[in-house]
Amino acid sequence: MLTLNDLKVGETAVVVRLHGQGAVRRRIMDMGITKGVPVRITKFAPLGDPVEINVLDYELTIRKSDCALIEVEKEI
Amino acid sequence: MEPKPIIIALAGNPNSGKTTLFNKLTGSRQRIGNWPGVTIEKKEGTVKGLNHVTVQDLPGIYSLSPYTPEEEISRNYLLNEQPDVILNIVDSSNLERNLYLTTQLLELDIPVVVALNFIDVSRRDGDKIDSRKLEKKLGCPVIETSALKGEGVDECIARCISTVRSDDNTGRADKVAAPFGEEIEKTIKEIESAVGDVAQKRHRWTAIKAFERDEKALTGLSLTALQREMIEGIIRRTEEKLDDDSESIITTERYAAIKALTDNVIVRAERKGNLTRSDRIDRVVTHRFWAYPIFIAVMAALYYIAISLGINTQDMVDGWFGDGLIPLVQGWMEGLGASGWLTGLVTDGIIGGVGAVLSFVPQMIILFILLGIMEDIGYMARIAFILDRLFRRFGLSGKSFIPMLIGTGCSVPGIMASRTIESQRDRRMTIINTPMIPCGAKLPIIALVAGAVFGGAWWVAPLAYFLGLLAVIVSGIILKKTKMFYGDPSPFVMELPAYHVPSVGNVARSTWERSWSFIKRAGTVILLSSVVLWFLLHFAVIDGSLVMIEDEMIADSIAAKVGAVLGHLFAPLGFGGWQASLATVTGLIAKEEVISTFGVIFRIEDALGIIEEGQYAGVGAIAQHFTQLSAFSFMLFNLFCPPCFAAMGAIKREMNSAKWTWFAIGYLFVFAYILSFIVYQIGFLFTGGSFNVLSGLAVALLAGSLYLLFRKPRAGVFVSA
Repeated sequence: MLTLNDLKVGETAVVVRLHGQGAVRRRIMDMGITKGVPVRITKFAPLGDPVEINVLDYELTIRKSDCALIEVEKEI
Repeated sequence: MEPKPIIIALAGNPNSGKTTLFNKLTGSRQRIGNWPGVTIEKKEGTVKGLNHVTVQDLPGIYSLSPYTPEEEISRNYLLNEQPDVILNIVDSSNLERNLYLTTQLLELDIPVVVALNFIDVSRRDGDKIDSRKLEKKLGCPVIETSALKGEGVDECIARCISTVRSDDNTGRADKVAAPFGEEIEKTIKEIESAVGDVAQKRHRWTAIKAFERDEKALTGLSLTALQREMIEGIIRRTEEKLDDDSESIITTERYAAIKALTDNVIVRAERKGNLTRSDRIDRVVTHRFWAYPIFIAVMAALYYIAISLGINTQDMVDGWFGDGLIPLVQGWMEGLGASGWLTGLVTDGIIGGVGAVLSFVPQMIILFILLGIMEDIGYMARIAFILDRLFRRFGLSGKSFIPMLIGTGCSVPGIMASRTIESQRDRRMTIINTPMIPCGAKLPIIALVAGAVFGGAWWVAPLAYFLGLLAVIVSGIILKKTKMFYGDPSPFVMELPAYHVPSVGNVARSTWERSWSFIKRAGTVILLSSVVLWFLLHFAVIDGSLVMIEDEMIADSIAAKVGAVLGHLFAPLGFGGWQASLATVTGLIAKEEVISTFGVIFRIEDALGIIEEGQYAGVGAIAQHFTQLSAFSFMLFNLFCPPCFAAMGAIKREMNSAKWTWFAIGYLFVFAYILSFIVYQIGFLFTGGSFNVLSGLAVALLAGSLYLLFRKPRAGVFVSA
């Protein structure tokens, strides 16, 4: 399973599925990270965590532990 | 005839310019408080020039889901309070995500008017949005606005009013703005029939909520068991068919529908290598290497201006009162022949108390201006971003840094600065832990112990600060693992908003509001307690009657007697004499009072001044009252024990809940007590004392604390670490 954590800076992938449950998951989805949406890694914070990603043309920060819930597949 | 009152609910994403719009609409006619029982701010106001139109500001939300307090508050308000119209402010440079909320608002059967804000930014970035087309597709009025520039604001209000008045049909979405896919629409219709007449209105919304299994939305609907079973069956069937759970299905469908809508409505400009202006700024500001130096520089500037300048203004105000107003009134009252106690009460008690409150204000104003600018620009989010990794470990948010930094000067504005933290849990944690940081007023105590008792040992002062920092970390970790702070539903998923030029109006307004609310709320606490304490210090019961006493007779005062009783409480910490107990109690007014009180007790003129100048021989009498160990324990206790009344007032203001306020104060007291206890008792063993019950207790407490610190938190609730 490929997750957001497997991407490097500048790489884009398409969301396949959201794992996890409850508030965490809902929040991630509410922010636009849903099936079929492309997501790009903008940068990592200076200490490596959290991650800044670009989704729906805006910048979002999300922790690596939550990135593990986002299953993706690389764009062809 | 009086026009009928109209209530406009203002809803929108955080960072969409809602605050700016609210300020432009209501000007100074705002009332600010908190939503009941929570730390979330509640703002409402009357529209400038239109007395019958009220604007109710709702917390910034991304969705109407049932998980976070902000969403719940907004949802409940919209469902139960029946505003006449919703003014939905949408960030046009972020259209899709903003419309996610819009489509949900449209389902509530309340007229909606959309303000397409930051239109100047999208124009500048080269995006073209067809507002007329958007209006047709959404089925509600869409007005281009630039709240910052004031463009379109009047039109919004006019449209809101006309929508309510004429029952203008464009305000009500008779058709669905962004329909889901065929499959889901069918499912929704099925659930609508299953629910039937139980829901009087908002059929579609109710059906969608039922599909999402949103229990909170369904309270108040009396669905029979059979209906529930039917609905559950429909949900399961669809979930299996689409191989996904209902919540995920709806959010995905919603966003897909919105994408289809916006693709038709907005033409995006070519980005230079994919970077917007904000992106380019962030390349430096959150750069792997440069982020921290920049951050430190900004913090140093903030600190210098707010604290140093602030302390100067504080001294200035103190001077006005201490050297100016008080002697003036005193002379005046004595001239009028007023009795001693009345003069004392008015000058020292009341005016002194008022002065204590007001002396904080200039410092806070400076601080709030600086914070307001940083928030408005958007830098706060970047701070949280670069500090999060570090702070997460201690149960805090990256945004907790600022309150604590401010707390090194004075914890009152520090506690109030915790407003910028969105998560309620993080905010509470920050409020509780900020007072542990040694503030400026605690310096004389540290100086006394380091200079007079330890003969100027260099390591005492740094150790005290280090312990303060350690205490915050330890306390954070311990609290994080307790049931009440664990398992908070707000994960750290945060937008990094585009940088904006700060609005003078916003900064001015937030500064005014915060300063004034401090004066009002914290002020009453400080004033009252100053008066009471003044009374206890200046009165004694001699031969059965209440008599006012001179300063030298402080040993006979009621306060001293109280101190003696409290002495029993403090004896295990090594400072059970009435003098130290009394000093600790007066420390509640302001930490400097600890030294002043000692000065009065031991007949040392201007003890504070002596310590400030480092002439420690002059306060030798105080030093002799302690052993080195007991002095250290005393210092520790006063560093961490419940802060001054002003800070308590600030805690009360920010917690907005009696339960939490008492918890914070109680926790700080217990924490300080146990810490001092352990240090004194175990120190006692090391300095030749014999092992006894208290020592055993100290060891047990130490073991217990270490357990709380290192244990595995309860499993079973998923939370981002």
